[in-house]
Amino acid sequence: MTQTKNLIDEEGKRTDGRTIDDLREIKITVGVIRNADGSAFIEFGRNKIIAAVYGPREVHPKHMALPDRCVLKCRYHMSPFSTDTRKNPAPSRREVEISKVMRESLEPALILEDYPRATIDVFVEVLQADGGSRCAGIVAASVALADAGINMRDIVSACAAGKVDDRIVLDVNDTEDKEGSADMPVAYMPHLDQVTLLQLDGILTRDQFNESLDKAIMGCKKVYEIQKQALMQKYFGNETELKEEQ
Amino acid sequence: MSSSKRSTIIVEHLRKQQMLEAISQGKRLDGRDLGEMRPFEIELNVIKKADGSARVKLGNSEVVAGIKVETGEPFEGLEDKGALIVSAEVLPTASPYVEPGPPDEETIELARVVDRGIRESEMLDLTKLVLVPGKIVYVIFVDCSIINADGNLFDATSYAAVSALLSSQIPIFEIQGGNVINTGNRQEPPATTIPVSITSIRIGDAVLIDPTAEEEACMDARITITTNSIGNFAAVQKGSTGAFTVEQIKKAADTARIKGEDIRVKLEEVTKKTG
Repeated sequence: MTQTKNLIDEEGKRTDGRTIDDLREIKITVGVIRNADGSAFIEFGRNKIIAAVYGPREVHPKHMALPDRCVLKCRYHMSPFSTDTRKNPAPSRREVEISKVMRESLEPALILEDYPRATIDVFVEVLQADGGSRCAGIVAASVALADAGINMRDIVSACAAGKVDDRIVLDVNDTEDKEGSADMPVAYMPHLDQVTLLQLDGILTRDQFNESLDKAIMGCKKVYEIQKQALMQKYFGNETELKEEQ
Repeated sequence: MSSSKRSTIIVEHLRKQQMLEAISQGKRLDGRDLGEMRPFEIELNVIKKADGSARVKLGNSEVVAGIKVETGEPFEGLEDKGALIVSAEVLPTASPYVEPGPPDEETIELARVVDRGIRESEMLDLTKLVLVPGKIVYVIFVDCSIINADGNLFDATSYAAVSALLSSQIPIFEIQGGNVINTGNRQEPPATTIPVSITSIRIGDAVLIDPTAEEEACMDARITITTNSIGNFAAVQKGSTGAFTVEQIKKAADTARIKGEDIRVKLEEVTKKTG
């Protein structure tokens, strides 16, 4: 990735007006799909992503079942109209890989031993893609899993950091992802202080690597608050608002 | 769809206990320290029909990588660059658990991680591989065949791909009268740096590098970190169903720089000899 134009101006503002430590606007709505056991819709910048959870339910085919724990399945998929040029609806290699890392980022938070011989399906559909759709997908999936009432150790939060104009910035957007020089998506369990997803594309020095990881985790902690708030809103509704007022 | 059912080998309970006990004392079942690589061998130009090739043995894991160069259209959005395509296949010869067929998600991840290391480190200056900007470019295929699988396929495949590229002699194409002509001459590929990946896994609280298949079957989490020739990071991939603490990751990153340099020296030495 070689950078061509200036993505941060003299005042430290980015292409979308944020500072280097700002998240994009995030809005999470819980329980948006009637038929699903749990669901969430997330708007993460211009990302629009739906996550639906079905299960725990019977495994098909049956021989796939595990005697001591639940089989977690995950599908990350982009709608053909979600990108600038139409995306072929068949799963690409990129989507296969993201499905895998997404599943592996969620699994440490789930107590799968509680549901032997069963399966949990997580479907993440990207309706509109901005930069960082895998992180936004993980954030939504994690909320949907909690909404489905699956036993969990923690909520998985996710956020990317990256390098733009030789500076480490939080939550890279589409332009910065394509034209910036590094992108590091991170998923993190704030309560357990553990990282469940870490990828990097692009060059970072040792110091930048550490700074970027720390910054992404800071972002994850902020996203975590929004996830909690979204769940509270569904299950306690106005009560939470009342508490805040008091 | 991605499913959490493991396709790795099953390690007997007693064997696993032995392994954990050894690891708690800083040793491994094959006698290595936690931070020690297995013996590593490279043989170059093993496939004469390829434009470059390498056979790498890392312990009992064995990979053959071959380079083939053609011309074709550039990738969308990368019109001013040559195309680089990395593929990997775990052959049915590699272990009793592999079945022939289209690549599964683990193999797709393997190919994409090896590709990412080469691409993101900008190992090849792809801008030098353009014939007609936006229309005709060099297409470099790096195909990796895993012929015996005993763990750490990420690093073994990456070393095979990188050493095959470094020692390759790619054909020189020219445009004459609107047609692409193979001049019959050859050139070294425009290499700028040597990416080296180091894979660490966590078993319990211990983090160890270059795992065997048996160790991978018992691992909680895995992380592959690629550095370039000046010790900067170029690519990272965390894998497997467990998590890491931030400290463990930072330590693994430092390990990747130190151990990566040892491997790099060896890759350089071997590829220069034949190059």
